[in-house]
Amino acid sequence: MTHWLVAPVLLPALLAPIMLLFLRRRLMESRVLSIGGCLALLALAVVLVAQADTGVTQTYAMGDWRAPFGIVLVLDRLSALMLLTTAILALAVMIYAVVTGLDRRGWHFHPLFQFQMLGLNGAFLTGDLFNLFVFFEVMLIASYGLMLHGGGGARLKAGVQYVVINLVGSTLFLVAVGLLYGTTGTLNMAHMGERIGQAPVGDHGLILAGGLLMVAVFALKAAIAPLHFWLPRTYASTSAPMAALFAIMTKVGAYCILRFTTVTFGEGAGEMAWAPAPYLLPAALATMLVGFIGVMGARNLRHLAAFSVVGSMGTLVSAISVFTPQSTAAALYYLPHSTFAAAALFLVADQIARRRGEYGDVLSPSPVFVQAGVLSGLFFLTAIAVVGLPPLSGFPGKLLILDAVRDAPGGWWIWGFILGTTVIGLLAFARAGSTLFWKSAATPGEIKAAPAVAPIASALVVAGLLSILALLTLAGGPVSAYLNATGEQIYEAGAYGGAVLAPGEGG
Amino acid sequence: MSIEFLVATAVGVMSAAGIYLVLRARTFPVVLGLAFMSYAINVFLFASGRVVINQPPIWGKDVTAYSDPLPQALVLTAIVIAFGMTALVVVLALRTYLETGVDQVDGLADPPGQKPPPPEESAVLGPEPAAPPAGEARR
Repeated sequence: MTHWLVAPVLLPALLAPIMLLFLRRRLMESRVLSIGGCLALLALAVVLVAQADTGVTQTYAMGDWRAPFGIVLVLDRLSALMLLTTAILALAVMIYAVVTGLDRRGWHFHPLFQFQMLGLNGAFLTGDLFNLFVFFEVMLIASYGLMLHGGGGARLKAGVQYVVINLVGSTLFLVAVGLLYGTTGTLNMAHMGERIGQAPVGDHGLILAGGLLMVAVFALKAAIAPLHFWLPRTYASTSAPMAALFAIMTKVGAYCILRFTTVTFGEGAGEMAWAPAPYLLPAALATMLVGFIGVMGARNLRHLAAFSVVGSMGTLVSAISVFTPQSTAAALYYLPHSTFAAAALFLVADQIARRRGEYGDVLSPSPVFVQAGVLSGLFFLTAIAVVGLPPLSGFPGKLLILDAVRDAPGGWWIWGFILGTTVIGLLAFARAGSTLFWKSAATPGEIKAAPAVAPIASALVVAGLLSILALLTLAGGPVSAYLNATGEQIYEAGAYGGAVLAPGEGG
Repeated sequence: MSIEFLVATAVGVMSAAGIYLVLRARTFPVVLGLAFMSYAINVFLFASGRVVINQPPIWGKDVTAYSDPLPQALVLTAIVIAFGMTALVVVLALRTYLETGVDQVDGLADPPGQKPPPPEESAVLGPEPAAPPAGEARR
């Protein structure tokens, strides 16, 4: 048992109070510490990915209380992948927030950001259902603060909705935990999976209710239709870097659906195996459609970006809902891609809105703004990534999903919806781009806008995110090899449960 | 009347009240509804360890019938989180009302048919119903 495993949770948990207590009024030191923390998390994530890639599922028993009595953190390839995705995104967002001065616009930005990291990393590592709830709450409480950071009436109004819907979600999470604990007598996910397989028939109804309710809560976080209504308004009204960071929050929902279903409702669950799957597929298809229709109907860039997040969640969850190693590997290729692409889109939208003065990010022609050439290039590349055209990683991502679901029941539905929504997305982005850049070129007049803050640095952040997408494509071979191994590991009987419940034997 | 019936009806009534109130348009009933839902869930979590009375906690290895300590730990955590969240949502709702003059959860202004609160009255009336919880949060 190495102690590296607990570091991604421990590091932000230590940094946040230090910044809160000692660096309250010292922005420069906070920034240094915060970026340093993000860099350290990235290094840790790389180390953990390398460790996970040996194929051993590591566990870390908190306080040396063995599972199922204590809380365990579990690191396998899937968790390591999520940690790495989070760390890369966090670093990019943090740099963008610092160079554009978002962290000046209110108190406690940096501690909140670290608490957000604590919640995210914890949720990806924990193997205990109630501990997952606690990390969810840490993540959400920090996200309330970050979502409202910078203030403003529209943000507050959207914030009330965001907080209320998540509080209801947390309540339902507890109902589901209570049902599952009441019927299985355990909170450890792997142990729960074992117990569900042996549960008496009389308890099946309650277990199913608990399990499906749990998946519904994760679907709420993942913004799966019909539980997606909170997302567009929240993401469109918060600041751009935070919307970019929240691109990973929806992925937490997708990760939890995958983890929870495979561990507790996997093959070991007997009659109830894969119970959530038949509900997930239609919901995912509806999400895809709603998302891309929303992209088509969006009147401003931030709504366009927010709806594209909904659409990409639909694509992602449709691949997850098939629950085979191949489809999961494909989904996991699409997951980091869609996270970084959505983040880049929010940041590009912010850059464009900053330069258009009173026109903001409304999709209507305006006079030419400064640096339109560079931004049109960045927007073009981001749009290519989000829609899923070659050469960026959206294309191989969608291709892998299509290939993996070919033989699955309902696979043709996924084909139809993915191809159809790609066309809708293509049209919507083409229209948005031509309105913003071509029609604007023909509009006379001049824009009164304050000169953009740190134009080069912020463009470089976007370029950095896009270059990661390019890297995902170029390194497609090794990445796919890792992801295929991840898919195999997730569905390997007893790989997770064996490591958690009998450490020392499996790992 | 069995104790299970008592607990079940308590959970049921509180959940029903909570759901009704959460679906209201204005923020204050919604806050109350969230509080009701968290009360309901606390009682429900207790019941998930089976409803037993007059049983000792686990303190010796020869004790066979005992009250399950785990749900109590869960409820304690849930109470803390729900309490903090209620304080947050009260402050947030109040701030939203004072900054935007809108008390609707959907963020839309009152339709012209209903009379909106007059501005000078709203500054007086606005904080009043929500003030005690906000004060608690500060303490």
